[in-house]
Amino acid sequence: MKILVLVKQVPDTATKIRLNPGDAAIQTDGIKWVINPYDEFAIEECLRLKEKHGGEVVVVSMGPARVEEAIRQALAMGADRAVHIVTDAVVDSQVAARALARVCQDEGYDLVVTGKQAVDDDQAQVGPLVAVELGLPQVTVVLKLEVDPDAHQIRAERELEGASEVVELSMPAVVTAQRGLNEPRYPTLPNIMKAKKKEVKSVPLESLGIDTDPWVVVEELTLPPERPAAKILTGEPEEAARELARLLHEEAKVI
Amino acid sequence: MAEGILVVTNQEEGRVRRVAYEMLAVAQELAPGKVTALTFGPGAEHTREGLGRYGADQVVAFNGSAYTRYSSDGFAEAVAKTAESLDVEALLFPANAWGKDLAPRVAGLLKAGLASDCTEIYRRDDGRLGAVRPVYAGKAFARVAIQSPRQVFSLRPNIQAVKETGRAGAALDMDPGLDAASFKAVVTEVLTSPGGQLELTEADIIVSGGRGVKAAENFKVLEDLADALGAAMGSSRPVADEGWVPHSYHIGQTGKVVSPTVYFAVGISGAIQHLAGISGSKYIVAINSDADAPIFKAANYGVVGDLFKVVPALAEEIRAIKKDA
Repeated sequence: MKILVLVKQVPDTATKIRLNPGDAAIQTDGIKWVINPYDEFAIEECLRLKEKHGGEVVVVSMGPARVEEAIRQALAMGADRAVHIVTDAVVDSQVAARALARVCQDEGYDLVVTGKQAVDDDQAQVGPLVAVELGLPQVTVVLKLEVDPDAHQIRAERELEGASEVVELSMPAVVTAQRGLNEPRYPTLPNIMKAKKKEVKSVPLESLGIDTDPWVVVEELTLPPERPAAKILTGEPEEAARELARLLHEEAKVI
Repeated sequence: MAEGILVVTNQEEGRVRRVAYEMLAVAQELAPGKVTALTFGPGAEHTREGLGRYGADQVVAFNGSAYTRYSSDGFAEAVAKTAESLDVEALLFPANAWGKDLAPRVAGLLKAGLASDCTEIYRRDDGRLGAVRPVYAGKAFARVAIQSPRQVFSLRPNIQAVKETGRAGAALDMDPGLDAASFKAVVTEVLTSPGGQLELTEADIIVSGGRGVKAAENFKVLEDLADALGAAMGSSRPVADEGWVPHSYHIGQTGKVVSPTVYFAVGISGAIQHLAGISGSKYIVAINSDADAPIFKAANYGVVGDLFKVVPALAEEIRAIKKDA
C-alpha cells in the first residue's frame, strides 16, 4: 500500500504571537518550528498502516528551506522518503492543495492522510481540497481508522459535537486525523541517524505548473483585545463563593 | 451579476441548530439579493417555518431518499449545483463538524475561496465581502479578503445574535438530480456518547477542570457546578491526556476553541495554548489555589482558594440565586 502523508511545519503551540501594526504575518524571529500536531497523528497512523499492511509512506510538505527540519523528523519517526515543494511564497489553502495534489498525482497513492487542520491558520481545508483536486472521497476529523486494502474499503469514526459517526468509503481516499486517533511515537536516536540519509526530493513550486495566486488573502492581523484586570477574591471559601455568585448575577448579569 | 446568499445548514428531524439562525442574521445584513437556506435529509421541509422567521426568503429542502445519509462528496455536489443554478454571490456554512467537513469540499468544486470559522463577515467598501477570523486558535485575528468570483465562509457558532424578521421562507423546489449510488463516502452509523452532554463550541456556560482537580473521580465536584449552571464540561489538555476525561473535553490550541458567555477555569493554571482556546469567552472566571497562576491574568473574576471548598459552595449559591429568580 502506498501512503502519502501531507505535513505542514508550524510555529510551536507555546509561541507567543508578536505583531507590528499593519502586519499581515506574525513576527517569526526566534520562533520554534515544529510539525503541525495533527499531522503527527497522521504520520503515526500511516506508519501503523504500513506496519500492518506493508508498503511505503511518503511525506509531502511545502514551504521554505526550514521545512526540511520537519521533514527529517517525520522521516525519523519512520516515513520512507519525502517530497519537499520549495517556496517562500505566501499561499492559501487552495494553492497549497493544488500543489500537494499535483505531487500526489505524480507519486501515485492508495491513501492520502493529513491532520484535520494546521494550528497556524486554522483553516481546516487542505485535506478536503486535495480530495476534490484528486476526485477522491474524504473522511475528516478521524478518531479511529480501519483500512482493508484488499477490499479497497475504509471504515472510519469521525468526531461530531458530543457524538461520533461511522463513515464508510472506498479507496483511494483522503483521511484527516484528529487527536485521539493514536499516540505518536518519538523518533529513536538510530532512526534520527537513518533519517539523515533518506531521500528528500526538492521540487520548486514554480515547476509544478499550477496557478499560485491565492484567493484568500490576509490583509491584516491583530491581537485580541486585552481583558480588564480581574477582580480577585480571597478569604474564606464560602464568602468568596457567595461574592463571586453575586458578581456574576448582579454585575456581569450572566447568571 | 451573482447576487444573494446561500445559507447551508444541517438539520435533524426538522430541527436546526441555533447557528443556522445566526447565519441567517449575518446573511440579511449582507444581502441586497435573496437569502436562500438549504437543508438536507428527512424532515428538512419542517425547518422552513423557523428558517423563514429568522430571515430566509426561500428554503430549499433536499429531503429525497438520496439525502437520508450524509455523504461529504454527494452533499457537496448538491450544494455546488444549487449555488451555481441560483448564481449566488456567497455561501455560508456553520463552522461545526458538519459544516467544516462540507464547506471546503464545496469551495473546491466551485473554485472559490473559503474563510473558515469567521467571527465577523461584513460588506467591504469595494462591494465585496470581507471577514475576520481567528488564527493560532485565537491568539490573533486575521482580516481576510476573498478574491475568487464566488465567496465562501463558515461562521463560528455562538458569536452572532439571531434576528426574528419573518421573511417568507417560501419553498423553492430544486433537484440537483444526483443518485446516491454515486456517493463515495457515506455515514453508516451515528454513535452518541453516553449522557448526551452539551456541545462545548455551542455552550453558553462551560465549567472546565485542570490538574488542580487532582483525580478523575474529583470531576464530579465540577459536574455538580455544571449541573447547577446548566453548563457544558471541558478540561485542559493534561487531564484529557491523563484520561481523567474524554479527549472531546480538551479545550485549547490543539483541542476545542470555545466562545461561551462564561468560562469557569477550575484548577487550570493557564498555559498559553489553553488561554488561546478560551480567548473568545465573554467572561472568564478562574478558581485556583495558586495566586500566581497565569489564568488570573486572563480572567475577569478570580477566586484564590481550595477548589474543593469553593466549587461546592459556589454551586450552592448559584442554586439559591436560580431558585429566587
